[in-house]
Amino acid sequence: MKAIEVNGLRKAYRDHVAVADVSFSVAEGEIFGILGPNGAGKTTTVECVAGLRVPDGGTIKVCGLDPRRDRDRLRRTLGVQLQSAELPEKIKVWEALELFASFYDSPADTAELIERMGLAAKRDTAYAKLSGGQRQRLSIALALVGRPRVAILDELTTGLDPQARRDAWELIEQVRASGVTIVLVTHFMEEAERLCDRLALIDAGRVVAMDTPSGLVGMVSDEQRLRFRPSAPFDDALLLALPEVSDVRRSGEQVVVSGTGNLPSAVTLALASAGVVPTDLRIEQATLDDAFLALTGRKLT
Amino acid sequence: MTKILAIETKLHLRDGWSLLFSLGLPLMLLLVIGNIPDLSKPDPNLGGQRFVDTQLPATMLLLGLATLAFNVLPGVLATYRKQGVLRRMSTTPVSPASMLAVQLIINLVVGIVLAAVLIAAARLALGSSVPAHLAFVPVFVLGTAALMAIGLVIAAVAPSGKAAPLIGTVVMFPMLFVAGMWIPREVMPPVLRTISDYSVAGPFVQALRDTWAGHAPQLPHLAVVTAGLVVFGALAVRLFRWE
Repeated sequence: MKAIEVNGLRKAYRDHVAVADVSFSVAEGEIFGILGPNGAGKTTTVECVAGLRVPDGGTIKVCGLDPRRDRDRLRRTLGVQLQSAELPEKIKVWEALELFASFYDSPADTAELIERMGLAAKRDTAYAKLSGGQRQRLSIALALVGRPRVAILDELTTGLDPQARRDAWELIEQVRASGVTIVLVTHFMEEAERLCDRLALIDAGRVVAMDTPSGLVGMVSDEQRLRFRPSAPFDDALLLALPEVSDVRRSGEQVVVSGTGNLPSAVTLALASAGVVPTDLRIEQATLDDAFLALTGRKLT
Repeated sequence: MTKILAIETKLHLRDGWSLLFSLGLPLMLLLVIGNIPDLSKPDPNLGGQRFVDTQLPATMLLLGLATLAFNVLPGVLATYRKQGVLRRMSTTPVSPASMLAVQLIINLVVGIVLAAVLIAAARLALGSSVPAHLAFVPVFVLGTAALMAIGLVIAAVAPSGKAAPLIGTVVMFPMLFVAGMWIPREVMPPVLRTISDYSVAGPFVQALRDTWAGHAPQLPHLAVVTAGLVVFGALAVRLFRWE
């Protein structure tokens, strides 16, 4: 069974269509990303999945449950961390977890969860005194305290500094390793590339593409570029003779080789046979940003 | 539900200001005003009652209950809505309605504590009698419920957590005035008295005073308070938003 199946989802608000036509499915154990610019309909989509909003059209199944009809069972199956949902200022970390644990029949061990989220030192700290990263970790903990099979994490790392963001990513990978299916809503391409097994690019309420991160990048361009400084002079013809290479340029000491396929190994092998070592070798690929730009004509961020 | 109650009670106790205003202020005013010598003499304007017998304790009780109902309750609920606390709860198996119920229970309990403190203080410090008619208890519960229904409407219409207590204050002072906090109902000019009779708080205070003095509450007063509870309760159900 698929963890989540969404078909032809549509949701309009009074004055605009937030979600025009969104379909996707998420396999169990997967980290599925929903990536798109602000206002693309990402949050509305997951709010419909979480049963917080009534769709105007389309069908949704979460672990076989209909978010509206099987609302009660869905809430025991699904953990949700909402965008900008706060807690009472004076509630302490352990109290918040105990409180949310009390909402479920067989919750996770809160002490262990606090430990796992790296909040042990902040156990007795009031919510208002937590840093942004600590609040997000608590928020993830609250989404997981009911031992959900599926967790939706909405804009988890928005507003975090780079270190806190990396910590949050590590945490998400741990959570997935424990068997939870994760839907990650984000507008950070780096986050999506790093974490997601598959992702849907959403723009103006529609899915414009759905694939693995590398698949999406490959859709727009499989061109890569190698930059390096050769240890000894060599003739461009050496590399231009390779089927993978389309272009060789030099700028000062640097050589920039463009091409497709298994470019890095083809180039380094050819150089090695001529007794040349590429130093400071860097590989540049198209990014999800480039993919999004190519697919929609707009920048992601 | 017990867990929500336990933790929310703790949060309430941690918020010293709300307790100070709802419990401390009425108690302090009761003791300060009650010690003005003239007010402990029988007053012909009050039908021979002393000011400290029922007028002062009943209006101080109203002050505390109104603070709870119009400031504390809507403040917490509107803040929780604005912060997304209620919304987050609605993604769990527990409905945010339990949070609403818990807030009502907590404020009712604080109101009962307030009533007990004021009755004891008036008895011990001012020599007032304790409420003498059993109907005092249902009158207290009915009136408190009606005030809280108004508080829920305030919580429903307030655009933010900060606006709610402000709106509450704007509603509260005219209400206290027409209920006779500054001018006892007996000496009100007829027009004001009529307004007072229909102001929910006015008949509530009158019924508290009647039962305090050992009389049965008057039916028209109970009818107005009940109507207030029904109307504002229905309005609150209609208007209340979780997010």
